[in-house]
Amino acid sequence: MADIAARGPVAIAGGRSSLHKLMQRKSTIAFLMALPLILLILTLVAYPAGYAVYLAMLNKGMTKFVGFGNFDFLFGRETFWMVVYQSCLFAITAVIFKAIIGFVVAHFVHNIPSKGQRKWRGMLLVPWVIPPAMSTLAWLWLFDPSYSAFNWILAGFGIDRIPWTGETGWARFSVILVNVWIGAPFFMIMYLAALKSVPEQLYEAASIDGATWWQRIWYVTLPMMRNIIAITALFSLIVTFANFDIVRVLTKGDPLNTTHVFATWAFRVGIESGDIPLGASVSLFMVPILAVAATFILRDITKRGSEV
Amino acid sequence: MAQVTLRKVVKMYDEVQAVRGIDLDITDKEFIVLVGPSGCGKSTTLRMIAGLEEISGGDIAIGGDVVNDVPPKDRDIAMVFQNYALYPHMNVYENMSFGLKLKRTPKDEIERRVRQAAQILDITELLDRKPKQLSGGQRQRVAMGRAIVRDPKVFLFDEPLSNLDAKLRVQMRTEIKKVHQKVRTTTVYVTHDQVEAMTLADRVVVMNAGLIEQVGSPNDLYHSPITKFVAGFIGSPAMNFIPCHLEQAAGALRVRLSDTLSFPVPADRTSRYTAHVGKANLVLGLRPEHITETRPHVEPNQHDFENPIDVVEPMGMETLVYFTIAGSEVCGRVNPNAGATAEKPMKLRADLSNMHLIDDGTGKVL
Repeated sequence: MADIAARGPVAIAGGRSSLHKLMQRKSTIAFLMALPLILLILTLVAYPAGYAVYLAMLNKGMTKFVGFGNFDFLFGRETFWMVVYQSCLFAITAVIFKAIIGFVVAHFVHNIPSKGQRKWRGMLLVPWVIPPAMSTLAWLWLFDPSYSAFNWILAGFGIDRIPWTGETGWARFSVILVNVWIGAPFFMIMYLAALKSVPEQLYEAASIDGATWWQRIWYVTLPMMRNIIAITALFSLIVTFANFDIVRVLTKGDPLNTTHVFATWAFRVGIESGDIPLGASVSLFMVPILAVAATFILRDITKRGSEV
Repeated sequence: MAQVTLRKVVKMYDEVQAVRGIDLDITDKEFIVLVGPSGCGKSTTLRMIAGLEEISGGDIAIGGDVVNDVPPKDRDIAMVFQNYALYPHMNVYENMSFGLKLKRTPKDEIERRVRQAAQILDITELLDRKPKQLSGGQRQRVAMGRAIVRDPKVFLFDEPLSNLDAKLRVQMRTEIKKVHQKVRTTTVYVTHDQVEAMTLADRVVVMNAGLIEQVGSPNDLYHSPITKFVAGFIGSPAMNFIPCHLEQAAGALRVRLSDTLSFPVPADRTSRYTAHVGKANLVLGLRPEHITETRPHVEPNQHDFENPIDVVEPMGMETLVYFTIAGSEVCGRVNPNAGATAEKPMKLRADLSNMHLIDDGTGKVL
């Protein structure tokens, strides 16, 4: 009896301590703390993504499993290949211009004395802060063929009206222009933060080493900002590639579907034309392309990160 | 030929004058150290020589050519920064060869010069490493290596040892001196540490409040300071300053420190000091090593006195004693075996052959 009584608490204490040990392990605590986010991602990302894959394998009436039939169908359509082309053109061109403009403007702002800098930073961020659907509406008016400000100004110089959103070339130019206008401030603010983190003495050392203004940018600024440039470009590429609002508001994919990107065409096919499985298949095409881009850029960042 | 000449150089920041018109001639191959308390304008002066700060007035010439409006890259100088300023994305070899690469030096020439500099500094095995993988002392060497490979007209050092621990600092100090003896490039070195200044320099420039107080060899500054500032700044522990006045008694001069304590002025100084008899604001300057314990043998101008000791600081090879004369704290250096005890009177000996008489009003040594 005494023996059992003595053993009981020990057993309980033993059980408690192993639970206690489990709780104390760092990985357990980390997992528990990350759990809310994991649940959120599961419900808002993983489930819809899985559902989209499932949908993409059904027929139009969603009554029959067709396997890769929808993809087969897409590969045979000219519009699909045009959307692939336009999505890449749109995303890559826009990101390149956003990056260049952001970099140049960041340099200018960086060289403004700190007193006036806040004001300029604030003003330059405006395009990025306004909801894109709203600012794109304003651009839509600016682009209006008959009564717009742009064509009115051009007329003042004796230049003919430009069909900003009515002709394939100009319409593609317009959607990219609006995207650059909205996205460049983000690059600017990221690059500005990166510029501020480059120690002034590196520039001084470089100028004593004989570097010109351009060589200081090439050999000091750019390598020091490499990671920020890569990360910013990657994020922007993903967001731009998946863009919906600008194209939807400005051109709705017209003229003749030539300005469609994946998201707007998926909407056109899936919602407006009522073929949800086909729309799901279109939207799924963004995944592999973005995954490849992300792998390349992130791999470079880890490599650099361990070096610097 | 790379002498550096400064003529009435002035630096203004808005309304504040950081450097207030300094003249300095640095001869070829010389090692000059600018020393002074923080804010005295020494770093600003160095940065003006480098071209990193514009000069507000005067002329700076390197190798005979006025370089006031020449950008840093065209001045043919090399600089070692306090935090080294190594390019973090380049390895040691790339860091050292960067300047030569920009000058389009042939590859094999770059290789030869980098290897040679690396050998001088003993960093050959570090050439492939990134700055992040180096210790403070190694980074310091690389920063010097970057300067050496360029083979510039002038080396500039901006407090290069401040970020190192005490032991490494002494070691690198010797290293810098060795390198200078090998390469013999004109060097301007800025520090706030007077020990560094004394040990490294051919000539030391003591600066205070934007002006040069005195230029001279370390020995000159130590033994013959011309101002109270230099006398107090050079030497550790610092020179004792004791308010005093001069008395003339029976044809001889005496320097009186208190009602009870006065010493005769050495005979060879009598004529120099006679004019100051009875003047107010006089201060006696006497270095701690000239106040010792009493010894059997008395040299001329040595005088014994007794004073209670306040604090005793044993240093090992010597013991510092602190005591008070007429309200001024005075430090002396005595033999560790002299039996100095706090709050007990002690027999001490002052050696006045090395005394300085200072006019506290003008700050000049008389």
